[in-house]
Amino acid sequence: MAASETYPDDLKYHKEHDWARVEGGEAVLGITWFAQDALGELVHYEPPNEGDTIARDSAYGEVESVKAVSDVIAPLSGEVLEVNAKVVEEPETVNDDPYGEGWLIRIRLSNPSETDSLLDVDAYKQVVAES
Amino acid sequence: MKLIFEKSQAGRRGGELPRYDLPPANVPDELRRQIPPRLPELAEPEIVRHFTELSTRNFGIDTGFYPLGSCTMKYNPRVNERLAMLPGFRDLHPHQEEDAIQGALELMYRLQAVLIEVSGLHACSLQPAAGSQGELTGLMLMRAYFADRGEADQRDTIITADTAHGTNPASVTMAGYKLAKVQTDARGNVDVAHLRELVNERTAGLMLTNPSTLGLFDEHIEEIAQIFHEVGALLYYDGANLNAVCGISRPGDMGFDIMHINLHKTFSQPHGGGGPGGGPIVVRDKLEAFLPVPAVVKDGERFRLDYDRPKSIGRVRGFTGPFGVFVRSYAYIRSYGPRLREMSETAVLNANYLLARLSDAYDLPYDRLAMHEFVLSARSLKREHGISALDVAKRLMDYGFHPPTIYFPLVVPEALMIEPTETEAKETLDEFAEAMLAIAREAKDDPDVLRDAPHGRPVRRLDEVLAAKRAIVKYGFEEHPDLGNEPAAPRARGPERCLSSKPRAAG
Amino acid sequence: MLAAIGVSSVEELFRDIPEGVRFGRELDLEPPLSEQELSRHLEELAARNVDTSRELSFLGAGIYDHYVPAVVDTVLQRGELLTAYTPYQPEMSQGVLQAIFEYQTVICELTGMDVSNASGYDGTTVAADACYMAKHATGRTKVVVTEATSQQVRQVVKTYAPGFGLEIVEVPHRGGVTDPDELRRAATDAACVIFQQPNFFGCLEPAPDLAAAANDAEAIAIAHVDPISLGVLEAPGAYGCGMAIGEGQGAGNYQSFAGPHYGFLAARSEFIRRMPGRIVGETLDAAGERGYVLTLQTREQHIRREKATSNITTNQTLLALAGLVHLSWLGPQGLRELGETCMSLAEYAKRGLTAAGLELVFPERATFKEFAVRAGRSARDSIRVARERGVHPGYALGRDYEGLDDALLVAVTERRTPADIDRLVAALTP
Repeated sequence: MAASETYPDDLKYHKEHDWARVEGGEAVLGITWFAQDALGELVHYEPPNEGDTIARDSAYGEVESVKAVSDVIAPLSGEVLEVNAKVVEEPETVNDDPYGEGWLIRIRLSNPSETDSLLDVDAYKQVVAES
Repeated sequence: MKLIFEKSQAGRRGGELPRYDLPPANVPDELRRQIPPRLPELAEPEIVRHFTELSTRNFGIDTGFYPLGSCTMKYNPRVNERLAMLPGFRDLHPHQEEDAIQGALELMYRLQAVLIEVSGLHACSLQPAAGSQGELTGLMLMRAYFADRGEADQRDTIITADTAHGTNPASVTMAGYKLAKVQTDARGNVDVAHLRELVNERTAGLMLTNPSTLGLFDEHIEEIAQIFHEVGALLYYDGANLNAVCGISRPGDMGFDIMHINLHKTFSQPHGGGGPGGGPIVVRDKLEAFLPVPAVVKDGERFRLDYDRPKSIGRVRGFTGPFGVFVRSYAYIRSYGPRLREMSETAVLNANYLLARLSDAYDLPYDRLAMHEFVLSARSLKREHGISALDVAKRLMDYGFHPPTIYFPLVVPEALMIEPTETEAKETLDEFAEAMLAIAREAKDDPDVLRDAPHGRPVRRLDEVLAAKRAIVKYGFEEHPDLGNEPAAPRARGPERCLSSKPRAAG
Repeated sequence: MLAAIGVSSVEELFRDIPEGVRFGRELDLEPPLSEQELSRHLEELAARNVDTSRELSFLGAGIYDHYVPAVVDTVLQRGELLTAYTPYQPEMSQGVLQAIFEYQTVICELTGMDVSNASGYDGTTVAADACYMAKHATGRTKVVVTEATSQQVRQVVKTYAPGFGLEIVEVPHRGGVTDPDELRRAATDAACVIFQQPNFFGCLEPAPDLAAAANDAEAIAIAHVDPISLGVLEAPGAYGCGMAIGEGQGAGNYQSFAGPHYGFLAARSEFIRRMPGRIVGETLDAAGERGYVLTLQTREQHIRREKATSNITTNQTLLALAGLVHLSWLGPQGLRELGETCMSLAEYAKRGLTAAGLELVFPERATFKEFAVRAGRSARDSIRVARERGVHPGYALGRDYEGLDDALLVAVTERRTPADIDRLVAALTP
């Protein structure tokens, strides 16, 4: 029961098909509709540990479908505050609701100014069109 | 179909063992098995029926056309099975004395000599168990070679092609090297300009197959070899596609320094549902000292195993390699002799013929002559009718063919990689072409029949997502999970067919 | 066909090959042989080997002359199995897939583990595989292996160690077995401990204590076991091991000059995602019927590429299938009887040899189907003399161990009769 193609206006995007919802000094991260569609139904999520430090543009975890495995790229740097246990248990949640229930981690931002270099929804839609 | 465990009846067995009138030996209490393993309990006739039924649910080269790209699914001559079972081979213990294994050592020595001739290199080890292990062994040889020259720390990177089989990068990691990838250009050759950017003094070597997984011979291979040799690096040849060039072009002459050969591809060792195979490596003389021990050598008229190789990388597996595979491959080669060239010519002819018949109905990523295999794309079918390479593959099953390789190489979207081999008659190729053309028409006229395919196999399309999520990887007996319709516990049995381990007399 | 392609000759199909790399002559190989001539040539080569049907053999040391029932040959000759490829298209390959699922189940039953792969190359490379798994599971790089484990297993682990980034430490044997306290001390900061049961000398190790010693050091206990022993000896999973490995040859494969055979690798469920090689899983098809597929393929090279759990692709499926058939034919009672028969025949051999004045190397140790005996002179000489009497008495242990140049490793399987053993005793006594 995958979601239909959407890219919410209120999110920031990374060209590797990840999104960030910035909330003050924290952010919630996940993968976009395009990413989950390319992978197919997810069967496994390998998350980081709470307390880990993650860096912008590098991988913080992995998602797997039957036929592919993909690094999940961090759009922003920070400390992992929370891992979404629901996705660990039921990875297909990401396919059904990639921006809501399918969030992957919540972080405390170490460098909030990094947000400026992320893509807004129109710029990201360009990236998708060219993929 | 039931699992063998679901057919068990307590107390049944296949046959009796000899009994000797001897006092029983005692296992110390703390080491003794407490709970017997739940092995199947069936009489011999039931065992034979079970495995016969399993075989009828399987498709081999003996069943029909099997055009898997880069697998070289050629016919396996049956005489080779008989020869591998000669008692002098089948019942020979590897620790027998040297005088008692001369026939085996001579066979291995002669096989090595043929592989050296075909490869255009100088020394051979038959140890590696498969192509992947050959690759890893080759990379270990590189490491030893550079260490011997004091360049171990300097050389840390191996370059692979972006069309490479997944084993190449996996082997690189296992050998402790870093990986770099070179792009492929529009003609399907390695992008030489990109290569020049990547190669420097930190490069240990290149891993490449030629022809590539696109089925195309690299037109710049001489220049590529020069680029690596200029910086003192080595070239490794992945022998998976050797069937295209036996007796026509030799990897050693192309500039490669190490190669592996897949005995289960080029030289007809049967694939056995996944193995066994053989992955012997052949090397240029400067690398001979590093080959695994023991080496099979000739001393005058006698053959022996030489362990005196101080620079050897050591042993990569037990004993001297998969001998039964050597018997079959050696026999195959002796039945061709120099006509191995014709084997390759026919393989290439068959592939180009199929390509000519199919290149209008499917997308052709590279407009060139193919070698022994070629790649088509179902991209247009996907765009216009929502039909994927997977759907095409599943529908081919209904036409009585094993599908080609799909979704590989990665650089071609909706890839279909087709390798007919030389042992297929023109009529078979034509039937296959007709089926592929019919499927292209069905994609337009009746796409649902493709999406629901296969319709004619023992099972319908299988749910791989469910398998990955549930990870049921063995039979759980009373606790076996119930996935759906098929009952998990053994059904109540019908009338007893056999009450003891002896078959009932007829009548 | 050439017309359809649009070329005028076969030669033209190769026009993309540069002149400089064209092979300019005929292959220097002997002319082709007809099937009949080929058979004659191979028969002549085979006749120059002295196999176990021609010379009474007590050779073991990793490869064993167990009886292969005829049904194994029958199954392996089915062309649909013999000539099939790896089952990547599951709807075409339910036969192979279900057989592998059954094999995986049998291996788990024998070893007391939760998951088995579809086979590794042999009993040595699965040890390297297990070390790689242990390194990634624990983050540690030290591997401890007992000296009483086969030298070939140790050699292969050492060959793989540099690429895997492992440090290998050996624990010496003490009187033919391993001391658990010594093992515990060596296992500090180790990823895993490998011990063989029965060990290379045929002696029964204090396996539960060795596993406990490993676990005390928080290292994974890995038992290298003989499948034929697992009807009488306890399963590694029942005494604290995290993984079980071994050479499968004794179950279902002819000796065949040591190949092809199969290695088995089984582990507790927590290690499933680190397993190398193929794994078959159960599922349903579109009609809700049960079926089998390769699963968790994202571990493997064709998907995960440079981050794969292994580069292995071709494995030893057909030989593992032979093991499944053999073990199915034996059943649990047959396997137990087979183990007991080997043991009682080996005891008979020990009694006969000691009565004739030869000394056992490790007289205090319980053994399974092999034991070490001192020949009273160099092992090489006693092999030579015994073979003049038509008997190969066993493996020269001095090849692998210091101070044992006069010792033979004698293997006694169910194919040796008491009369055969009497001949062995006669062959070894002056």
